[in-house]
Amino acid sequence: MAMSFEYKVEGGDFTHAGYASSQVKKMLKQLGVDSTVIKRVVVCLYEAEVNIVAHAYSGTISVNLDTDTINMKLADKGPGIADIEQAMQKGFSTASPEVREMGFGAGMGLPNISANADRFVITSEPGTGTTLEISINLNSAAV
Amino acid sequence: MKVREICSVLNGELICGDYKNDNEVSHAFASDLMSDVLTVNCDSLLLITGLANLQTIRTAEMSDINCILFVRNKSVTPEMKTLAEELGITLIKCPLTMFRASGELYRAGIKPIY
Ligand SMILES: Nc1ncnc2c1ncn2[C@@H]1O[C@H](COP(=O)(O)OP(=O)(O)O)[C@@H](O)[C@H]1O
Ligand SMILES: [Mg+2]
Repeated sequence: MAMSFEYKVEGGDFTHAGYASSQVKKMLKQLGVDSTVIKRVVVCLYEAEVNIVAHAYSGTISVNLDTDTINMKLADKGPGIADIEQAMQKGFSTASPEVREMGFGAGMGLPNISANADRFVITSEPGTGTTLEISINLNSAAV
Repeated sequence: MKVREICSVLNGELICGDYKNDNEVSHAFASDLMSDVLTVNCDSLLLITGLANLQTIRTAEMSDINCILFVRNKSVTPEMKTLAEELGITLIKCPLTMFRASGELYRAGIKPIY
């Protein structure tokens, strides 16, 4: 079993933020993946998807699934992150008031992705964009 | 506690969902911060919030939360209602403040998650 999916994400589009995460959740449920594992996957994916909407101009989410792992890659065109170590710190945020009105912008997204992922890599080129790679083992319920 | 009892304790109103396949709510979490909700690990949780937008519903979906209580009669848009119905999430609203609603539910036996 190997499957791949791709979703487009628009910066600033809070109406559709979470659509890709929702689709992935439905698919994993259908495949009978353990619900605690699904939750870890979608919490990571949703925070990362919201980050594209909140902080970037546009992005692509690629999801690759095989029997034991889900690999998610979120590549965006945007301002990028100059200091990744700082961005990873709990509480650090450059979110706009509009993003905060949506219930985000507390600097908790990246740390929560890191807490839930089995593998998490961020690369970024300031002025160009950011790429997140997130992998989660589908067969282990424990973090 | 059943949704019907929650509504009566809070003078609340069911916006969508029904009383028939009503799950038992044992724990609640109150926050306006969705990133905070996404860190919580608990099933059959009631989310008490003053934040009413589509991302509130999406956050509940990702967190396996099947019931949301909007305090201070926050208005729920038709889009929010449609999405919640599609996802099987029960929505309730009440006129009370977040503090008051939480207090009443705590007194009625709903437990905090920690
Ligand atoms: N895709 C992205 N593009 C540009 N900057 C980002 C991106 N994702 C995160 N950041 C930066 O990292 C910070 C921390 O992100 P996060 O922990 O998700 O918190 P929040 O989104 O609530 O601000 C953001 O405020 C922003 O400065
Ligand atoms: Mg974020």
